[in-house]
Amino acid sequence: MSKNTNATKPGQDWNLSLRKFLTNNVVTILFLVVGLGGLKVSGLSLPFFIDDIVNRVARNGFMVLALIIPVLAGLGLNFAVVLGAMAGQTAIIVATHWKIGGFLGILFCFVFSFPFAYAMGLLTGKLLNRTRGKEMITTLILGFFANSIYQLVFLILVGTLIPMKNEVLVLSSGVGLRTTIDLTDGLKFGLDNLLKLPLTLFSLIAGIVLALFLIARYLIKKRKASGKQVSLAGTIFGAVGGLALALWGFLQMSQQTMFSFLRVPAATFAVILLLCYFIDSFIRTKLGQDMRTVGQDSHVADVAGIATDKIRVTAMIMSTVLAAWGQIIFLQNMGTFSTYGSHENVGMFAIASLLIGGASVAKATISQALIGTMLFHTIFIVSPLAGRVLFGDAQLGEFFRSFVAYGIIGMSLALHSWKKHMQGKLR
Amino acid sequence: MMHDNGNAAPDAMKRVLGVIKSFGLPRLIIIGFLIILWTLALVIRIPMPALFSDTLVRLSMNAVLTLAMLPSITGGTSLFFGLPLGIICGLLGGVMSIELNLRGFQAFFGAILMSLPLAVLVGLGYGWLMNRVKGSEMTVGTYIGFAFVSLMSFGWVTLPFNNPEMAWAIGKGIRVTVSLEGRFSGILNNLWTITIAGVRVPTGALLFLGLICLAVWLFYRSKLGYAMKFAGMNPKFAEASGINVNHMRILGIVISTVLGAVGILVYAQGFGFLQLYQAPMYMGFIAAAGILIGGASLKTAKISHVLIGTFLFHGILVVALPVANTVATLGSLAEISRAIVSNGIILYALAQKGGES
Repeated sequence: MSKNTNATKPGQDWNLSLRKFLTNNVVTILFLVVGLGGLKVSGLSLPFFIDDIVNRVARNGFMVLALIIPVLAGLGLNFAVVLGAMAGQTAIIVATHWKIGGFLGILFCFVFSFPFAYAMGLLTGKLLNRTRGKEMITTLILGFFANSIYQLVFLILVGTLIPMKNEVLVLSSGVGLRTTIDLTDGLKFGLDNLLKLPLTLFSLIAGIVLALFLIARYLIKKRKASGKQVSLAGTIFGAVGGLALALWGFLQMSQQTMFSFLRVPAATFAVILLLCYFIDSFIRTKLGQDMRTVGQDSHVADVAGIATDKIRVTAMIMSTVLAAWGQIIFLQNMGTFSTYGSHENVGMFAIASLLIGGASVAKATISQALIGTMLFHTIFIVSPLAGRVLFGDAQLGEFFRSFVAYGIIGMSLALHSWKKHMQGKLR
Repeated sequence: MMHDNGNAAPDAMKRVLGVIKSFGLPRLIIIGFLIILWTLALVIRIPMPALFSDTLVRLSMNAVLTLAMLPSITGGTSLFFGLPLGIICGLLGGVMSIELNLRGFQAFFGAILMSLPLAVLVGLGYGWLMNRVKGSEMTVGTYIGFAFVSLMSFGWVTLPFNNPEMAWAIGKGIRVTVSLEGRFSGILNNLWTITIAGVRVPTGALLFLGLICLAVWLFYRSKLGYAMKFAGMNPKFAEASGINVNHMRILGIVISTVLGAVGILVYAQGFGFLQLYQAPMYMGFIAAAGILIGGASLKTAKISHVLIGTFLFHGILVVALPVANTVATLGSLAEISRAIVSNGIILYALAQKGGES
């Protein structure tokens, strides 16, 4: 009898951890299945899909990462990244007007958008300190509100109060900017073109770097007995995946296939990687730790002598500035932007991406942001095509897509608040 | 006597300030704005009677939708950003009434009757959810509303409605806007209209609005209505005195959903079209702005707030467009100022101390 239980124990253990993994990542797994299924149904060719998804991750990743810091500080999902996006667009409009292009133009935009984004983040943070407990609805409405101010400035005030003479940008009536602005001879690919690598070489390098990084992290963490341990299974899984990617890239390199023609904006990925590193090390600083304390329990933080209000404002400023830069990266990759529309859905798409990656209102990590971006945009790419194949109507796929984006946000907010409600009851 | 007078002046000042404070700064600004717009309209010779007629028509069209915010606020679930759910129920009723080939009053009241059971069901489900997300009703509600609109966009294409009047010439599904011409377009707005000093008064529509307001007013006078208001105001105390607060919250939401369904049909008869697909998405914010402009907060609201707010908000919209067009030939200015006013007032309400959830 006892022998029997002993024999099944490791199996049960494994079973339990598997179940835990599944329940913790149910949303991500669900969307992985939906995305892969959609990919199969849509009949997209793999090289085309990979080209699209790589570009989309490059242009959207930064914005999704900009959401992490407010989550950390307990401000929830920051729908007000829209304000940051507007600051970014303001800079782009100015750069295009002054004809500053290329990488220099991108740098100019980064610098020029900073004070705007900083001021907006400051104001948003101050407002959120007055609306405690209702942060998310406030940022959501604030996004709409700021959008109308933005329209007021660029549709009415430009040409009337703000003198601007530019036949390409301003409407023929002399008042207001045109609805689309072409960046082709200016900022387009300003960052991307800094370094573009073939997909095959890129995956070889990225795979090796990923594998080395994971192994090194595991070894370092293991030597330090204190602190959080990294799971061996995860490390092995990641390292093998990285090596497989590298091997695939190497094999593809040696023979001419469809994949050989694809090129990856490596510079943009480098910037995203830099941001990941920044967030990761920021969390470890004193300020980052204080922010976490505020996020977990603002009463405890108050008692511990942390200036809660100030920390919350800081988090908003950081998020807004990062969002401004994220929008610049997004638009330089798009190459054209709709003056009054490009920023509107930015918050929703970024938040849906983060949530699909498995994040919640109270917890978000870098890997969740990146995985989520990949999955969300997979669904974004495949759903109109899958809709056409399944229902004979591409529009149905688009409705499904927006249903997914809204639904995942609604569901995730509801689940989080439900959980909090239940915990409150148990207490 | 002198002494008395000396005290009276600051007292009066204080009283005036107190009145202003209780009246609310944003309302004063908006009334001032409206008066400025009216003066401008007079100066640039826009026919005033037509403006007032339009304002009355808009009031009668939009007030029921704004009224849908009231039970939710007083029931304790704050602003009803799930309004698109109720609106969609109403639209479904309207579409079904056309599908059944009803006309005139039959079509209008048939649509309302058919949408009621749907609205009650949806309201029950939504209320059940809201009881599980206490404290974030507005955020969750907004996104549940958005998601439902997208889901129903799917529905408008796939649901088996066959009346060629509503179908696209090519392709599947119902049109984005369905004309109500010959169905129930203007059924209330054109009923018993009288003209006083050039102002055309849509008596039928105003009477219908009055009837609904009366029904809601009577409900609040009933024992159940009183219990709901009490539960919304002070949930802990209400619970202690034996009122099931959660049931009262659901009741408020169900009434709100039903009013949303009726409201969109009233709106549609005035507008002449059923607007499907993405159109209901932001209607909740407009209704919320309406009641807030009228003087409501996130926790308290009255019928008078609904009527005053709808009158002020839509009064501005009516007069802003022709004024903006004549003064600056900038049509978008009216739309932009609408968005600034409506979102600004919601932000203001959120930032008030009293409205904490």
